[in-house]
Amino acid sequence: MHEFLTGIFFWIAVSVCIVGMAVRFVRYFLGLDWQLDRVAYRAHTAAGIKGAVRSIYKWLIPYGTQGWRTQPVMTAAFFGFHISAVTVPLFLAGHNLFLENKVGVSLVTLGPAMADFLSWLAVGCGAFLILRRVVLPEVRILTTWNDYFIWFIALAPFVTGLAARYQAGPYGFWLNLHIFCGELLLIAIPFTKMSHVFLFFASRAQLGMDFGIKRGGMKGTKMAW
Amino acid sequence: MPEGTYCNKKPINTPEEVNFLLSDSSGAKYYEEMKHLDVDCELLASTIEKTMKSRLKTWLEICAHCGMCADSCFLYQVNGKDPKQVPAYKIQSTLGEIVKRKGNVTNEFMRHAMEVAWAQCTCCNRCGMYCPHGIDTGIMFGYLRGLLYQQGFVPWELKIGAGMHRAYRAQMDVTDTDFVETFEWMVEEYEDDYPGLTVPVDVENADIFYTVNAREVKHYPEDLAEAAVLFHAAGENWTIASKGWEQTSLAMFAGDWAACKMQVESVYDAMERLKPKRMVGTECGHAHRATVIEGPYWAGRPDGRPPAESIHYVEWLAGALESGKLKIDPEKRIKEPVTLQDSCNYIRNHGLKKATRTIMGHIVAPGYFIEMSPNKEHNYCCGGGGGFNGIGVFRKQRNQALLTKRDQILATGAKLVIAPCHNCWDAIRDLEEEYEIGIRWSFLKPLVIKMMILPDHMKPEE
Repeated sequence: MHEFLTGIFFWIAVSVCIVGMAVRFVRYFLGLDWQLDRVAYRAHTAAGIKGAVRSIYKWLIPYGTQGWRTQPVMTAAFFGFHISAVTVPLFLAGHNLFLENKVGVSLVTLGPAMADFLSWLAVGCGAFLILRRVVLPEVRILTTWNDYFIWFIALAPFVTGLAARYQAGPYGFWLNLHIFCGELLLIAIPFTKMSHVFLFFASRAQLGMDFGIKRGGMKGTKMAW
Repeated sequence: MPEGTYCNKKPINTPEEVNFLLSDSSGAKYYEEMKHLDVDCELLASTIEKTMKSRLKTWLEICAHCGMCADSCFLYQVNGKDPKQVPAYKIQSTLGEIVKRKGNVTNEFMRHAMEVAWAQCTCCNRCGMYCPHGIDTGIMFGYLRGLLYQQGFVPWELKIGAGMHRAYRAQMDVTDTDFVETFEWMVEEYEDDYPGLTVPVDVENADIFYTVNAREVKHYPEDLAEAAVLFHAAGENWTIASKGWEQTSLAMFAGDWAACKMQVESVYDAMERLKPKRMVGTECGHAHRATVIEGPYWAGRPDGRPPAESIHYVEWLAGALESGKLKIDPEKRIKEPVTLQDSCNYIRNHGLKKATRTIMGHIVAPGYFIEMSPNKEHNYCCGGGGGFNGIGVFRKQRNQALLTKRDQILATGAKLVIAPCHNCWDAIRDLEEEYEIGIRWSFLKPLVIKMMILPDHMKPEE
């Protein structure tokens, strides 16, 4: 089982994720239509790129936009989760050891204390965001079972990873389950709302171009939309 | 009854058809017939298939259901934080459902969608700035309005409004002759006070081609004269066009994209014909949005620009004040607490906040200008945008919506509100009528005329 998960299934998951998202990314931009979207993308490329970069950059910074600043607690939980969700999978020592063995490259790694902290942070912030979904009427009304499913596949690798880390039961079992959950997540990315991990950049770039080209960017406004 | 006599899928194209629909007072029969109007599900599905591309599809799909848009929506706030007023919910439960059901929706559903599209969203685009994914629900509601219009599910006044543009190339039954004659008549009325005041018609290569809102011709003709006075005082070489003079577009509010194109092309034709250096539009928000921001796309102009450089009245006025073309008598500046309404259509959606504030700097004595909160790009809709002001059947919802602006104005303590936008001006007038908070409201033109220093040769003979 372990060999299957770290062998062929690993490659399947990574390929599905990368190819799937590349296809979606390309299709997104090919599907932009200057007349239907009412944005002259080609005629004002420089203004468009400027708007897109500003929009993405500002929204990636905690409290970088008015939107983030108006909801400080939500923003803290959001970044707490997302910073962990990006850094732990990429920079965990164990993951890089695996990568080193697999493809001969590795990235900088997190110290064990930091890795623990970030993993718990992801679980804590995730739990908070799920609770927010249940408690706040304006979020509850939007919530579907799919949203819980997405949270499940997002948090499962963390929970199983922590279980393995603290050896809460048979290590091999948790490790295999952890790897399986991680790979499931990779496969889910192109096909579910998880696609936002890449399409966030596409969607933000589009709105940035829209405002950058048409809705004020060329009038000198420095807004981060 | 699939297609009604009053309520049907056919656009209105002639003055006779306009009058016929107008004869149904308040649209009583129109809305009765709407209850039985068939939904052409196949057309709905095929239109979506053809026109819903990656931007809208992705927006519907990746919405994280986080609810961060909720507080950004003034209609959510002013309606007791009703979860059904959360922007994401409003669009997912209407457009989202239509897409999910591949157009297989009922008459009842479409009437509900009509109410959401016109009474629960003013297309102010504020929520778009508060969504981490950059989902602009206002744009999606604009798209939904187009689908609803195509199926005949559009408020009575907007069906008429779009029809007016088709029949008259104006939002009201004002003909080209009416326009020119009214302008000339008003200028004559003001001539004694401003010697040499004229209204140049169809002058080629002028520096300014001035476009208006048909309401001015029909209901506020003094606005035309005031525009003439200010151009005259600034020594501008300007003209109006005897054809293609209407800048507004109720067709945009209605979602009648074909009429939007017809309307805006009439203005662009005038630009091509008269070859002005620039077009200046009147103090209207949606007119600017329609003719300057969105219009080029309806007309199929790949550079996204009108044929001549086109600016809003506030840009012209700010420039004239800054360059000294117009001079203000410091003694006559406003010396009472005054606030400013930021129009969504050219402040949030065209970045012109500096121009209006430059004007305030010139016409308000220091210390008297009080900003609303929030303001500039983050300002709230006046409460009547996107056509909401004019729809009788949704009047109750509109009056509720006005409370946001009422409270914003009250918080400033100002008794004078400057609203350089017809729609905002109307909403603020209505909120005073409805809630009597003791405010006055004004466009810029009459205020500036009262305080400008007229060059000697323009002064009336004693």
